[in-house]
Amino acid sequence: MTRTGPTLTAMAENRHDDKTAGRGRRSTVRSLLRLWPYARAVRGRLAVSATAATLGMLTTLAVPVVLGRIVDGPVADHDSGALWPLVGLVLALGLIEAGLFYTRRVVLSRPLADLEARMRADLFGKLQRLPVAFHDRWGSGQLLSRAGSDLYVIRLFLAFALVFLVVNSLTFLAGAAVMFSLDWRLALIFLAPAVPLLLITRRFEGRYSDASRRAQDQNGDLATVVEESVLGIRILKAFGRHRSMADRFREQSRELRRTELRKAHLLANLWSVVTGLPELAVCCALAVGSYLVAHDQLSAGDLVTFLSTALALRFPVESLGWLLAYANEASTAADRVFEVLDTPEADDPGTRADLGTEPDGIRLTGVRFRYPDAPEDSPDLLAGVDLHIRSGETMALVGATGSGKTTLTALLPRLYEPTAGTITLDGRDIRELPRQRLRELVAVAFEEPTLFSATVRENVLMGAPDASEAQLRSALATAQAGFVDRLPEGAGTEVGEQGLSLSGGQRQRLALARAVVGDPAFLVLDDPLSALDVHTEALVERALREVLGSTTALVVAHRPSTVLLADRVAVLADGRIEAVGTHQELLRDCPHYRELMSGEAAPVPEGSSAR
Amino acid sequence: MTTTTEPVDELEPVEEELLPPPADEEDIPVPPGAPRALLRSLLGPHRGRIAVAMTVILLQQAALQSGPLLVAVAMDRGIPALREHDAGPLIAVMAAYLCCALLGPVLEWAFVKISSRINQDVLLDLRGRIFRHAQRLSLDFHERYTSGRIISRATSDIDALRELLSEGLQELLLVVLSTCYISVLLLVLDWRLGLVSLASLLPLALIARSFRNRSIRVYRRSRTSAASMIVRFTETMNGIRPVQAFRREKANDAAYAVVNRTAATTTADGLLEIARYVGLSRVTANLWITGVVLLGAQLVMHDALELGVLTAVVLYLRRLHDPIDQLAMFLNGYQSAAAALEKIAGLLAHEPTVTEPAEPRELPALPASGRVAAGGREVRFERTRFAYRTGKEVLPPFDLVIPAGQTVAVVGATGAGKSTVAKLLARFYDPTGGRVRLDGVDLRELATPELRRGVVMVTQESFLFSGTVAENIAIGRPAATREEVERAARDIGAYEFIAALPDGFDTDVRKRGGRISAGQRQLVAFARALLADPAVLILDEATSSLDVPGEQAVQRAMRTVLAGRTAVIIAHRLSTVEIADRVLVMDQGRIVEDGSPQELIDGTGRFATLHRAWRDSLV
Repeated sequence: MTRTGPTLTAMAENRHDDKTAGRGRRSTVRSLLRLWPYARAVRGRLAVSATAATLGMLTTLAVPVVLGRIVDGPVADHDSGALWPLVGLVLALGLIEAGLFYTRRVVLSRPLADLEARMRADLFGKLQRLPVAFHDRWGSGQLLSRAGSDLYVIRLFLAFALVFLVVNSLTFLAGAAVMFSLDWRLALIFLAPAVPLLLITRRFEGRYSDASRRAQDQNGDLATVVEESVLGIRILKAFGRHRSMADRFREQSRELRRTELRKAHLLANLWSVVTGLPELAVCCALAVGSYLVAHDQLSAGDLVTFLSTALALRFPVESLGWLLAYANEASTAADRVFEVLDTPEADDPGTRADLGTEPDGIRLTGVRFRYPDAPEDSPDLLAGVDLHIRSGETMALVGATGSGKTTLTALLPRLYEPTAGTITLDGRDIRELPRQRLRELVAVAFEEPTLFSATVRENVLMGAPDASEAQLRSALATAQAGFVDRLPEGAGTEVGEQGLSLSGGQRQRLALARAVVGDPAFLVLDDPLSALDVHTEALVERALREVLGSTTALVVAHRPSTVLLADRVAVLADGRIEAVGTHQELLRDCPHYRELMSGEAAPVPEGSSAR
Repeated sequence: MTTTTEPVDELEPVEEELLPPPADEEDIPVPPGAPRALLRSLLGPHRGRIAVAMTVILLQQAALQSGPLLVAVAMDRGIPALREHDAGPLIAVMAAYLCCALLGPVLEWAFVKISSRINQDVLLDLRGRIFRHAQRLSLDFHERYTSGRIISRATSDIDALRELLSEGLQELLLVVLSTCYISVLLLVLDWRLGLVSLASLLPLALIARSFRNRSIRVYRRSRTSAASMIVRFTETMNGIRPVQAFRREKANDAAYAVVNRTAATTTADGLLEIARYVGLSRVTANLWITGVVLLGAQLVMHDALELGVLTAVVLYLRRLHDPIDQLAMFLNGYQSAAAALEKIAGLLAHEPTVTEPAEPRELPALPASGRVAAGGREVRFERTRFAYRTGKEVLPPFDLVIPAGQTVAVVGATGAGKSTVAKLLARFYDPTGGRVRLDGVDLRELATPELRRGVVMVTQESFLFSGTVAENIAIGRPAATREEVERAARDIGAYEFIAALPDGFDTDVRKRGGRISAGQRQLVAFARALLADPAVLILDEATSSLDVPGEQAVQRAMRTVLAGRTAVIIAHRLSTVEIADRVLVMDQGRIVEDGSPQELIDGTGRFATLHRAWRDSLV
């Protein structure tokens, strides 16, 4: 059942391929058994619940018997003395029955809600720790539907279906035993449908699992469309395209509807068979039984008992239909959840907490990288990058749009792993450092500044949780984030999705503050000033210069003004470092650099002659 | 006209700062009766099919219930006759039984088919409504109502409703049916005992009602906590890079654990409510039965009742209380769905502030001249004013005329109101006073398709939708051919990088363009705008992530592209200004300078200062 990485991708992209390939391997029971590690904790409760349900059912059966005795005995005999104990018994049974019904539900309420929460927490924790490459492949709607409706389905299965599966089987066995004790021929007739039923349910199981899996996947896709439509609302509005997005949504929800109807169709078939076959068997048993009674081979009383038992078994047999459906849905839901939980986290064998003794700065040697799903014939995005950023130096990284600058910066905190080559910090290979430690050492400001639903303070101090208020202030000052003081609650103001929405420039400044807070040893800035206006940019640059003076930094730059923050500049082209030097040197010696900094043909724009 | 040398940023209010924080769920008022009205409008169109489904289930129950009756007939009539060697009656009974045994499943099959179709159609309808409505709502709404909450409306709230529809209908019907059937039987058997027995329905109804009242509160909390979990979840997964880079995992685990715990507690509370309801109802029902037995026994002993009648009453009374469990299931589903419907109805009841006109007007026809929208259109702001809901004025009333075909650059510091001007022109917001006219027509009088043929805005945010690059560009004009899409990309200088992608224009951008850099995404956004071919083009910081060659390529392209169009360009980088015919400098919501680029550069105003600073920042 363990799925490998490539299969995962296949799952996300093309479920049908995986379905046909996977059909042989998957089994409902095996998938459900995977829930055991979680269900273990509640096994006692499950047992209590099943026992309560069984006893409850027995009590329910006992009450009519006692009632019959009351009517036949004391009441018929006008014996009010004998009436009281029996009425007391009815009362006792009634209370016990209610108690058992209550117990069956109560013992599972909290434990199962907790179990669901535990699985959800595990899923969330796992997802956070899976490599960024995993998230590149999976729409977050797909992940969301796993943490939501899939876990819900699993809980429902454990709460009801599993308990009744046990109880109904027991009831059925007991009933069958009673029947055999009465007359084995009739019992055999009654049990005969079991064989075709087994065959039919097997067939049903395979098909229904397929459909239920497809419905769950389509649900996830639908969640993805909803999410995108909301996140991209400005574009849709700007082009007045909400209708075409709605068409896409409608198309997908129609597909989901088709799958759901297919499920209903399968269920309808199953239910009609599951209720129909036993009825036919009862019909036959009635015919044969009547014949036997007429020929004095069976007592009328026995036939009545036999038939009432058969009728009493109606519910356990019929419930097979929906119990199976539940079990199948829960098993495909479990598959989907474990697909994520089984994905291996990137191994983290790093044990060294210390850096090398030599202040060597950042050194990239023969670093190559390609995205795992890049086509075979495409060249590596990074094809042997050699770069040395001396300790305390600020290096600007310049390259054409799409040349792999951002990718290169993502390798330093190991958000992606190089496919070849080594990266060292002060002589220590970054793979020898535990990821947590590495990420403490390397602070990053991303191209796209993301804020989380938390206060400004929390958002900035993410970079250095132990930093003091003074450090926070100085980081905000460096990023020219003076606007923070004018927010309703200053640095305590909630921002992010659930808080105040800030402009792109404001977010970028907070992201910058986050990177520089607590004086990180190594700093990676990805085009950190793109959304700032000229004036603010100049102020930030001035302040940033001081910070950069005391750290080793790699700064992705698109414009001359940012480049000037750096001591030296590296030019990235065709997956390699084409040239390294000071801004002036490169302007002089490197045509590609000149082109990047000042536009293609024009050397240095002397006045805006173009217009 | 003022010139100031102080840091602009420190003086000016930041415009987005004034947006109120997102409305709390409770802040969005749900008109009383809205959830029920919503349910009615959803089920209304299926009235006919619902009637058919009910009839089918009635017949199915009749077939099912006749089983025991036929057994009795077989025993009482069939067997004695068979002893007399007359198989006739038994065969007749068998035939009847066979009919029922066959009819029951067929009817069941039909019911499942019909009802599932109703359910799915209702869900399809509701999903579509939520989606379309969320799309229709104005930006100011989206800025307050988080995306996660809209997602949860369209996913987990829908799930709650699905639950009710798939099982609830049948359950409720069976409960009602068997209650009616048995009530009648009881009354017919003996009206005194019957009445006493039926009286038990009163306390049971009270218990059900108290359960309803208690559980609706639990389920409301449950919907809210489900939504906040979704918000947390999506935020974390969408920001996975900073999460990992800043070692946020543990802190997130803890934060998620809080919402997760709340959700688990509410879930358990809900389940406990049901358990309590079932337990209490059973106790009540069983006490009642004991009472009826006692009363009946007294009556029989005083010869006021026949023995057989008592037996029957007592047995049927048990069955009167059978549906307690089913009713619990139904109520449970109903409450959960009701809470979800409330949330959904709240969303649906929220009217967009930017509305479609009741009687849309058309823009005057442009002289047709090939591909380009010839000449552009005139834009006219008349005493236009804008203030946030908090009352804080962002733009005091101003007048501005942009003649057709003119390219205007708007500059100024963050918070000066540039973006607000752009948003008013794109009709993302409506002005709080005055109007914006396009070729003399108030924007509010234009239907969306007409408006978007007229005005298109490229924003600095460069979101890509899942799908191919070509599809992302084609959002500009879905009907465009592949050639047109490629030409738009070529015109803006995006062709090379797109062609170099693994599958060229057919490359899937995956999850929000993970592989495509911010600069490339901006180029795609430009190509999209070109393809849309609007008469008025607004560029809001649309080149912030481009490198110098990229920006120059865009500007070169712009010279051709903007010819014959009206354009408003908002930029931090003054390089953009070079292609403008006219520059507006904004400060604190006012236009403080207005002139041709050369005039302003040569002047002594703020723009001249800014321009010098910018020139210094170049190589």
